[in-house]
Amino acid sequence: MASEAENPNRRDFLTVAATSWAAVGAAATLWPLVQQMNPDASTQALASVEVDLAPVKEGQAITVMWRGKPIFIRNRTKAEIEAALKTPVGELKDGKARNSNLPETAAATDQNRVKKDHANWLVLVGICTHLGCIPKGQALADAKGDYGGWFCPCHGSHYDTSGRIRKGPAPENFPVPPFQFVTDSKIKIG
Amino acid sequence: MAQHEDTYKPGSRLEQWLDERLPLARMMHGQFVDFPTPRNLNYLWTFGGILTFCLVIQIVTGIVLAMHYVPSDKLAFDSIEHIRRDVNYGWLIRSVHAVGASMFFVAVYVHMARGLYYGSYKAPREVLWILGVIIYLLMMATGFLGYTLPWGQMSFWGVTVITNLFSSLDSIIPGLGTKIVTWLWGGYSVSGVTLNRFFSLHYLLPFVIVGVVALHIWALHVVGQNNPTGIEIKTKSDSVPMAPYAVMKDMFALFAFMLVFGWFVFYAPDYLGHADNYIEANPLVTPPHIVPEWYYLPFYAILRAVPSKLGGVALMFGSILILLFLPWLDTSRVRSARYRPIFKWLLFLFFFSFLALGYLGSKPAEGVYVMWAQIFTTYYFLFFLVLMPIVGVLETPSPMPRSITESVLGEKSAGSAAVAKH
Repeated sequence: MASEAENPNRRDFLTVAATSWAAVGAAATLWPLVQQMNPDASTQALASVEVDLAPVKEGQAITVMWRGKPIFIRNRTKAEIEAALKTPVGELKDGKARNSNLPETAAATDQNRVKKDHANWLVLVGICTHLGCIPKGQALADAKGDYGGWFCPCHGSHYDTSGRIRKGPAPENFPVPPFQFVTDSKIKIG
Repeated sequence: MAQHEDTYKPGSRLEQWLDERLPLARMMHGQFVDFPTPRNLNYLWTFGGILTFCLVIQIVTGIVLAMHYVPSDKLAFDSIEHIRRDVNYGWLIRSVHAVGASMFFVAVYVHMARGLYYGSYKAPREVLWILGVIIYLLMMATGFLGYTLPWGQMSFWGVTVITNLFSSLDSIIPGLGTKIVTWLWGGYSVSGVTLNRFFSLHYLLPFVIVGVVALHIWALHVVGQNNPTGIEIKTKSDSVPMAPYAVMKDMFALFAFMLVFGWFVFYAPDYLGHADNYIEANPLVTPPHIVPEWYYLPFYAILRAVPSKLGGVALMFGSILILLFLPWLDTSRVRSARYRPIFKWLLFLFFFSFLALGYLGSKPAEGVYVMWAQIFTTYYFLFFLVLMPIVGVLETPSPMPRSITESVLGEKSAGSAAVAKH
């Protein structure tokens, strides 16, 4: 066979070139077939929602939907804020703030989990970072876990009053979605 | 294919005409009538036929169900109720399909345990075994996709948990896992888009299984069946033709199996499912205990036994993929555990661990349940990775018969099967 020749000849070059081109063609054919499974533009369109916080009293929580995900909004009590502030960052399982409104390197202090001057309002993507269940802790009667925040019944993850993972298999803190205060009692998520 | 006598005689002129052009009837006759089967096969060897039956049942009922099912998040749940209440015989067809999935797994677990006990994975049956593991993986994928379709609470949250397993890849390459999960979902959460594609794949995979099963049977007919002694067929007296001997035995076992199947279909069609799946999917409420279908429970227990997300996922997939390496992990030259006094008990302990993990998978992931799951998970891997290679070398096998015939007829037949010890 030609490929056994001492030096590669024209035939070898043609074989390699043709095979490579066929591979490029196969990849180009595959691309739309793979890509069709990704969210389309209508799904991607970053819808934003405005939420009125006025009816939520201290100690209460509400859940709103954003991008098909539940958003936990809790009006924290003084004691809950204090407990969150007291926790040293070194003790946390995930040391990062996971706050879309801050740089990625921000530490998971309680201050970095909320908006300045609005420390009572905790806004979180309410999906367990383990395997995507919706943790308990929004309703007053719910089990809130060992740290008074949220508890995921699926595989036993405990979150504290700052939405940070403290115990269980979940690897990360609840993420804080991008949001801002439009007025003192109204936020816009997204 | 293994060489053996060919007794095929074309009966009619049409058969003769066809035999000269496409000898299909000759091949079928050779492989499923004349084919030599060991004369000492026990009832555990009937599960291959039972599994083929299960596959056919699932495909036939599935095709019919697809004529009435609507793969949309708005209509799926109602269309299942429509099938159960309105469609002519829909109650029967749906129950056969749902119970059939469980029966399929019952049969496959017996079939695999049989292979483990009698060393059916050892040379020259490595490829046969590996094809079997691939079929099992495809079955698990198909069963998982199918369980999504009724769009109940367990369907929805089962999909959420299982697809999220891929997000654990984020801890290796940040962002990769999330990308894969979004790609699988077709959005930022499990939705009707996800349901639609899962339906498409659930329809596809059984036909892929048919293809791999064909290879599995082909490989089986090249190397021949293993048997309770683990000794190969050496002389003609060691085997009987497949028809009528093995065929009749298979039929008898199949009918017994169908009695159990039928009992579930007619008297307890929902017993093997979960009550929460009769609540329509709700993305805002997670059921208090998410449990997968019973046939995944041992692996679910392994997943939850590990306190790290990536670690749990790795061990869960590893627990199945490890089966692919079995032919090389077992160092013993004796196939059947019948003649392996130490291995036999370690294997029974393994079966017990597997069942125990199944029980623990159905319990909440708390306290003592997690501890036991960790103990049994440890034994699961210890058995394959440490005990199997070591025991194979250290153990002294008990005396074996010289042939299959001798194992059936005793010493006096030894003359008819005068071949040295294996």
